[in-house]
Amino acid sequence: MRRRRIALWTAAIVAYAFLYLPLVIVVVYSFNDSRLNAEWVGFTLDWYRKLLENDEMIAAAGNSLLIALVASLVSTALGTMAGVAMHRYRLRLLPVLVLAPIAIPEILMGVALLIFFVLLNFTLGLVSVALAHIAFCIGFVAIVVRARLAGMDESLIEAARDCGATPWQAFVRVTLPLIMPGVAAGALMAFTLSIDDFVISFFTAGAGTVTLPLQIYSMIKIAVTPEVNAVSTLLMLLTLVLIVVAARISPSLLRTR
Amino acid sequence: MDAHRPVSWRKWAVGGPPLAYLVVFFAIPTLIMAAASFRSPGEFGGLAPLVGEDGSLDITLESYVRLVEGTVYLEVFVKSIAYALVTTLACLALAYPLAVLIAQSPRKYRDLMLLLVILPFWSNFLIRIYAWMIILGPNAALAKAINGVRAVFGAEPVSLLFSSFAVLVCLVYVHLPFMVLPLYANLEKHDRALLDAAQDLGANAWRRFWRITFPLSLPGVYAGAALVFIPALGIFAIPDILGGPNDTLIGNLIKQQFLETRDWPFGSVLSIVLTVAALALAGLAAWIGRRGSAEVARA
Repeated sequence: MRRRRIALWTAAIVAYAFLYLPLVIVVVYSFNDSRLNAEWVGFTLDWYRKLLENDEMIAAAGNSLLIALVASLVSTALGTMAGVAMHRYRLRLLPVLVLAPIAIPEILMGVALLIFFVLLNFTLGLVSVALAHIAFCIGFVAIVVRARLAGMDESLIEAARDCGATPWQAFVRVTLPLIMPGVAAGALMAFTLSIDDFVISFFTAGAGTVTLPLQIYSMIKIAVTPEVNAVSTLLMLLTLVLIVVAARISPSLLRTR
Repeated sequence: MDAHRPVSWRKWAVGGPPLAYLVVFFAIPTLIMAAASFRSPGEFGGLAPLVGEDGSLDITLESYVRLVEGTVYLEVFVKSIAYALVTTLACLALAYPLAVLIAQSPRKYRDLMLLLVILPFWSNFLIRIYAWMIILGPNAALAKAINGVRAVFGAEPVSLLFSSFAVLVCLVYVHLPFMVLPLYANLEKHDRALLDAAQDLGANAWRRFWRITFPLSLPGVYAGAALVFIPALGIFAIPDILGGPNDTLIGNLIKQQFLETRDWPFGSVLSIVLTVAALALAGLAAWIGRRGSAEVARA
């Protein structure tokens, strides 16, 4: 029994180390006073300073934030509607269309949207990326919202209706406040998914538009520099904060994906 | 049926907008891509005109024929499936003990342990690939150690980066959380009384695992396998960044067709075959899983 627990713990520690060591190395090297990502030389904040002077990077970060903001707002509204509709009504096509973008390989959605935008003569850029991000974020928000609705006491709505509330009033005054944690968590999740997305942005951004992950991609394709460590560390920090806040608001979130 | 009417009106008011959005920005693009697979490539990329100069309609199976004709593309498909399978098995081997440990831990620690599994997954996909560029890089400790040992035996130094090894390690790394979560969700529900009963009847730990825990966990195994296999099959960024010249997978081929060769019909064919293959194999796994668990339930 004791031997088995030791074996289990060893295996688990190996798995956790495997998961975290790479990320820790990126963070540590972002403070390393050396051009080579090879050994620790000394502490510096130079790479972060360089980052602030890098206009391309700042522009890319601005694009990413703008897209993530728009995509998360729109997909939260649409995803909440989809979640409510899936919980309450029977719309045969809706669950399929909500879940399919999550279930299929990402690259398929990227290239399908590329063909779609180009055939429509729609200029690839910030707008096409945001439209694409909304499409894949809707599903994630809908799942969180529907999970929240499934755990809700339906009799509360019946009580509101019995007391004379219209369906709209019952929704705004009873349902919405109750599912709000799910909605907020879904919004944070959509923001994170959008700001982190690489594959779909890669196909829908066109040549002139760069988001943060696209900028990181072109940097690591050319050469590995500690500047990438610095921007990666900042991006990880942002994602970490968003996800921890989202998980606090709605603990069930951690099991939806 | 007057009462039915307002419900139907409301149903479309709530469900209609997201449905319309997904029809326009998901269903229609996918259908257009399916249609594009039956067309000819245009002279300057994209598609050839639907109605040619001689008035003939441009509908052809040429791109499908091209896929099965040359063995090159089939080889890439086989290689991609092999990479995805190895990834799935390696994830299973790493995830299983971890999931067992989490499921056996006191309830108050479980959420934290799960959170620790999921957090890396929420960090940026590219950063997680990039991290392996550092670890496997020629100047890093790992490569130096390995090549140091190789030098003792008089072997040529090897490059860890830009190799199949790098691609596979990163594939496992990126997909590991997808395997842990469904496994844990399944293992958590197991009834301890079964194991106790088996122990009372004299089964040792090894037998208890293979006769009880593992068969009961099969639905979780298959769910995890599907969650790892599907994205792993379509990946292009990992071989693109960490792979060598021989690590071209379907994803890279698709990217090439759309962004470099600009042969949309062939790229569409590849994307469709990829999706069908991924869903079919995942569906097969789910079906076997259901049958397997039904048999266990009967036994």
